[in-house]
Amino acid sequence: MLPTDFIENLYEIVGESHVNHSESSRLAYSFDATPNFQAMPDIVVSPANAEEIQQIVRACNEYQVPIVPRGSGTNLAAGTTPTQGGLVLLFHRMNQILEIDEENLTATVQPGVITQTIIDAVEEKNLFYPPDPSSMKISTIGGNISENSGGLRGLKYGVTKDYILGLQIVLPNGDLINTGGKLAKDVAGYDLTKLYVGAEGTLGIVTEATLKLIPKPSSKKTLLAVYDSMERAAETVSAIISDRIIPATLEFIDQPTIRAVEDYAHVGLPTEAEAVLLIEQDGPEEVVLADMEKIELLCKEHGALQAQTAASEIEAEALRSARRTALSALARLSPTTILEDATVPRSEIAAMVRAINEIADKFNVRIATFGHAGDGNLHPTCTTDARDEDELERVEQAFEEIFAHAIKLGGTITGEHGVGEMKSPYLAWKVGEEGLAIMKTLKQSFDPNNIMNPRKMFAKETRKRIVL
Amino acid sequence: MTIQKDFQDRIGEDELLNCMRCGFCLPACPTYVETQDEVHSPRGRIALMKAVRDGDIHSYEEVEHSLEVCLGCRACEPACPAGVNYGHMLEEARAIFQENKEHSAKEKLTRKTVFEGMFPNQKRMEQATSLLGFYQRSGLQKTTRKLGFMKLFPRHMQQMERVLPKVPKKSGKRKAEAIFPAEGETKATVAMFRGCLMDTLFQETNRSTIKLLQKAGCEIVVPDSQNCCGALHGHSGEKSGSIDLAKKNIEAFEKVEADYIITNAGGCGAFLHDYKHLLKNDSEWSGRAQEFSDKIVDFTSILVKLKFHEEHSLNVDEQIVTYQDSCHLRNVQGVSLQPRQLILSTEGANYQEMKDADQCCGSAGIYNLTQPEMSMQILDHKMEKAKATNATTILTTNPGCLLQMKLGIEREGLTNEVRAMHLADFLLEAIEV
Repeated sequence: MLPTDFIENLYEIVGESHVNHSESSRLAYSFDATPNFQAMPDIVVSPANAEEIQQIVRACNEYQVPIVPRGSGTNLAAGTTPTQGGLVLLFHRMNQILEIDEENLTATVQPGVITQTIIDAVEEKNLFYPPDPSSMKISTIGGNISENSGGLRGLKYGVTKDYILGLQIVLPNGDLINTGGKLAKDVAGYDLTKLYVGAEGTLGIVTEATLKLIPKPSSKKTLLAVYDSMERAAETVSAIISDRIIPATLEFIDQPTIRAVEDYAHVGLPTEAEAVLLIEQDGPEEVVLADMEKIELLCKEHGALQAQTAASEIEAEALRSARRTALSALARLSPTTILEDATVPRSEIAAMVRAINEIADKFNVRIATFGHAGDGNLHPTCTTDARDEDELERVEQAFEEIFAHAIKLGGTITGEHGVGEMKSPYLAWKVGEEGLAIMKTLKQSFDPNNIMNPRKMFAKETRKRIVL
Repeated sequence: MTIQKDFQDRIGEDELLNCMRCGFCLPACPTYVETQDEVHSPRGRIALMKAVRDGDIHSYEEVEHSLEVCLGCRACEPACPAGVNYGHMLEEARAIFQENKEHSAKEKLTRKTVFEGMFPNQKRMEQATSLLGFYQRSGLQKTTRKLGFMKLFPRHMQQMERVLPKVPKKSGKRKAEAIFPAEGETKATVAMFRGCLMDTLFQETNRSTIKLLQKAGCEIVVPDSQNCCGALHGHSGEKSGSIDLAKKNIEAFEKVEADYIITNAGGCGAFLHDYKHLLKNDSEWSGRAQEFSDKIVDFTSILVKLKFHEEHSLNVDEQIVTYQDSCHLRNVQGVSLQPRQLILSTEGANYQEMKDADQCCGSAGIYNLTQPEMSMQILDHKMEKAKATNATTILTTNPGCLLQMKLGIEREGLTNEVRAMHLADFLLEAIEV
């Protein structure tokens, strides 16, 4: 399918052993973690550095071959599924932490480093890289940047974009640029760093990143609050924030999710509860203790049957790890698990939870809900079977209504998992036709040949899922 | 298209679909860690199996190779929040490829000799081991080493030859059915699974295990008609052979009134534990297999259960000790704390947890013979972590792991400073001081 001289060119750039186009290799890179999206790439390439990537990009421009940059394939919006074929670009040969700068409190890393590796390395120096997506043991920092990944600590600390000071990027024309730097302030021209964070690989390829670090908090406490009503749990979320407390973590988990997670993790979650909140505070010990005391009081005032602080760090870590497996654990319940990450202002969490349940009843589908309640970022997750076409159609309709309702409440179609291809039909709902038009103009300016992760974000006409 | 049909008939679509491709298995997979290639990851292999089943892939050579490179350590299973039963699918897929393959006459003979003539036949195993013992004791071993004869073999085989344990001289004919009484009050009656390697190369360890169990209050019965567990057959695609062995073993142990069936080899224990899965479609045998599998217990579990480590004083000379998990003991039977409890209860043992002790050492049955390059690569990385503990004693609970760690020590040139032992031998050393 690809011209022979294109492939020969790739051999010259990276070496033959780092180019793969066997049937098995293409199959193994035909998916990410998004159900019902799968498509064969034409070739899989592993460059060693930015210079090689520049040459690859120039070759792809010349031969009009799409490029899909891929970290660990943990994308949840089909953002790294090669739906237009082309070249899947891997980063495992660019997986070094280049520098941890303790004077400027930065880390300079290559895109293929696993996020957990960075977190571990900086914590050894009593520093802290707060973004902690549930996939952090698997996902790469390059993928986190492209998706602007969030995590459990997003409420207090923010998301990936809040910690990217500078990037090195290969543009769709093969040029190499550096944005930002080890700077607390920099307003020279447009903020290209922020433009690239969350661009989903549509505007270029990140080849290096400079991360902002902060001092590691000296103390941390974890609390589990148990509810017999989802709405009471949701109301508690609003109450805590209204009381001017910003916890490090404020996670909402509903009963089906509690049961699935407990089935996997065996950490003693209360499977009879309608909902639980997992709440954490970190910082100086006296602040942590005071905040946790207030939080516990607010939970009980708003109907918590029980609000228990974890007795040890081991127990606390078990709870956090259990929450991070929520999506995958729900996969136990049915062959297909489809998650969305609609987000609303946190004052609307209770209303949104209520609406999700009503929509599930209306379309007769099973939706479990968990997520970052403090951020308003819910993860309604449908447990279904892709082989049941009728049910799948109802699932799609249910999610459409969920998106519409989130927007009606002042929210958005995606809080942290990105548009990808899966949510591209709904992008205009949030940004409007005029917003969509300007985004497309930017894309066209950067990538006139549309080779850079094509049809991601802007595949408005895509409605049905693509199966191999 | 018989392979695709077999995949459709024998590998459940629900199980394949249950994989949601989250990637949580990737850091747990030694071959993915070594290659960074999705083809050599559990997620990738499941996608390949599904592609074969769905007819989306037509060239099977690379699929089969990917399955062969898999260690079968099943570390991906506890890491999988979706509960995908990868190990069962792997073995079924291997069996399908094996059954559809046209082996050369030479390969057929080799497989027949190994899988029918050797492992299932304890007498032949003993004869082979006796020959090895003669080779070691008679001076032939020294002669071949001196002459450089071993240089005719690949380097890892030369190293393996040097780490094989001394075969004990066989003394007398074994009793038809050995019964070993408990010391003091009998707290449990247990049956002992000997294991083909454990009862030949590692006879001493079996004797150590029996002594420990006696001291813990067990009366031990060792059924004579028992046989190889069938793990090597099952992992190599010889499914019907493993089923035959399973039935023979179930029959052998049904004759014994025992509370538990004890193993001291993690790999065997896991396979015996899975007999209920292997025979689940056989109406006559499925109930019997379930009853059998439910009794399988690792020796460390029973020792802890009977409070062996609390009721006996365990002492060794001051030394740093580390432990390499048996993958199958940990990932299939869920035993990881008990061995550590026993070590930590031993005075003089300064236990240092090895980083990634739960990750495979590269032994994986006969993997170090079938996939030597990958096996040695994994082992060399394992030894980096072992050395970081400064341990002078590396403990394991599986014969394959033990040989592999001995090989690792040999490869690092540490034979005079570091020893590898089975935990049973270590505990006996601790209790007999």
